[in-house]
Amino acid sequence: MDSEDDFNSSQMSEDDFAQDSDVEIDEGKDAESARSSSCDASDTWTVDSDFDDDVGFESQDKDIKPNKHAYEVDFNVFEPSQIQASQHKQIAEVSSILVQPPEATAILLRHMRWNKERLIDQYMEKPEETLESAGLGQDAATNPPKITKIQGFCCDICCEDGPELDTFAMRCGHRFCVDCYRQYLYTKIKDEGEAARIRCPGDKCNRVVDSKSLDLLVGDDLHDRYQELLTRTYVDDKEKLRWCPAPNCVYAVECAVKDRELPRVVPTVHCDCGHYFCFGCSLNDHQPAPCSLVKRWLKKCEDDSETANWISANTKECPKCHSTIEKNGGCNHMTCRKCRNEFCWMCMGLWSEHGTSWYNCNRFEEKSGSEARDAQAKSRQSLERYLHYYNRYANHEQSAKLDKDIYLKTEKKMQQLQSSTGMSWIEVQYLDTASHALQQCRQTLKWTYAFAYYLARNNLTEIFEDNQKDLEMAVENLSEMFEKPIDQLQGLKVDMMDKTAYCNKRRIILLNDTAENLKQGNWEFNVALS
Amino acid sequence: MSAGAKKRIMKEYTECMNDPPTGMKINFNEQNMTKWEVLVDGPEQSIYAGGHFKLEINFPNEYPFKPPVVSFKTKIYHPNVSNDDKGSMCLGLLRADEWKPPNKVVAVLRLIQTLLIEPNQDDAIEPSIANEYKENRKEFEKNAKDWVKRYAK
Repeated sequence: MDSEDDFNSSQMSEDDFAQDSDVEIDEGKDAESARSSSCDASDTWTVDSDFDDDVGFESQDKDIKPNKHAYEVDFNVFEPSQIQASQHKQIAEVSSILVQPPEATAILLRHMRWNKERLIDQYMEKPEETLESAGLGQDAATNPPKITKIQGFCCDICCEDGPELDTFAMRCGHRFCVDCYRQYLYTKIKDEGEAARIRCPGDKCNRVVDSKSLDLLVGDDLHDRYQELLTRTYVDDKEKLRWCPAPNCVYAVECAVKDRELPRVVPTVHCDCGHYFCFGCSLNDHQPAPCSLVKRWLKKCEDDSETANWISANTKECPKCHSTIEKNGGCNHMTCRKCRNEFCWMCMGLWSEHGTSWYNCNRFEEKSGSEARDAQAKSRQSLERYLHYYNRYANHEQSAKLDKDIYLKTEKKMQQLQSSTGMSWIEVQYLDTASHALQQCRQTLKWTYAFAYYLARNNLTEIFEDNQKDLEMAVENLSEMFEKPIDQLQGLKVDMMDKTAYCNKRRIILLNDTAENLKQGNWEFNVALS
Repeated sequence: MSAGAKKRIMKEYTECMNDPPTGMKINFNEQNMTKWEVLVDGPEQSIYAGGHFKLEINFPNEYPFKPPVVSFKTKIYHPNVSNDDKGSMCLGLLRADEWKPPNKVVAVLRLIQTLLIEPNQDDAIEPSIANEYKENRKEFEKNAKDWVKRYAK
């Protein structure tokens, strides 16, 4: 499953899930109903939402999917029961190869972070050592765990004794009373969130508590939490699986894009809960900018943007040594504290040329002054360039928020429209669709500016900027319509639907162009994509 | 706190009294048995010799399933003790993932004693002090002795 051949491996894992869902039909049905309810009406334009619904059941759907766009990646969404089933299946499979009971196999697999091939290789070579390092010790196969009463036993944790005391020990023989054992597991699972690698409570013992022992000791409430944590480590351990980062979302997404491919592709996935996120870095959808640029940009904005704005507004640079200077009062006769250069704050020229009687600079045409200003302009250019992109980036972020506010009002408008004009619910959905498109396009636009900041200039850049401009205009046009009063909205329905479709189309064109060129490595960036 | 935990702390206290670790005196208050005050003499062979350090051991409600919390009430110049008003320690046995319920306080006290004789430079809470300990032992010893004179007499 972890073979180098991405296509095969992703096919294989799909089949895994497909078979699992055949075995557990009930869960499969639940999955279906959960999906259809969470599918939101506004995505009708995205092609991928069509096949998401059948994911894991008919994998061949993907092959006949009509014209996938260059910026889209293949992915599947799984719910917890499916992930659990897939674990069981792998455990059963490896269990039969290693001739170890499923509990031990599960521990081995978790110990090896679910790398089946490596586990099998290592086990075949050195079975004893492999078991030992996973915390299993020898012969886990015989003697199932059981609770017993032992004469003359005293629990080393609570110091209780007595012949009626229930006690438990795993194969390592570290015996404690059942209450203490249970409390220990409870603390580990509930408080510390551990599951896959809980060790025996015995001093310095590294044996891992297996699920059979756990079943024997803990109640249902803890058992559910335990399973949940196991599933969580499974997803964390698997390179191809990732949790949807949306709050309260329980789905995990599978995508074959590997870390090393990230400079060439921006793998945005769409969870069944409705959230769009990047599979590479779990941040919100940031197409067309690749993950490393996004990381760089966010860091830069965090570090720089406020400072840069302030510097740009309030300071100038010394014409000689380029130290940044804030004028905090007084006259225009400046003396740089660093290089002792004396200059005029107004024209940036040498003070010596001003003579002694000038305290109001009107010497704009002087040569030394204009040269100094040119130099200043040049050194400020990089700052201004950054601010140019940052302001547009921030503007779209802000506008998206405002659009959302307007949308909330729009929802009310939709209700009003329904009651005042007698339009049906379905007939007012165009507002919802439009708002959704607006959000998505702004998100894309926002990131085009971060992308553009790192882009070196060439012919491709011009095409990119044209695309950006077209999308921006389309978006602003649509956005404007939302501000129209309610009584005009009905008449604008067709126009609005047209504009929505146009926005979506422009977005797809832009994303296709950037993704295509990214894949082929055509973009030149002024930083390294790592 | 459960009756079991109280029973266990009592038992541990009795054990400590029967065989007290050298150079340590435990102040135990039956009204508040989850907070022990321990007076530690700097071990003879260590740079802390001659100093008297006040320690506080707090037993969490989940004791013995969670480790006790140790803090130095007397300031000490040591890589494994935080240089603030808490004087906290967090290494070895005292970490939640290392602690096992059968471990005893007496083991914690022994650990502290060993650390006074030989600090653990790889698991330091004060990296700058650890670095000095590693790179410039003379300076470290001077500072540590200085602090003993200033705070621990």
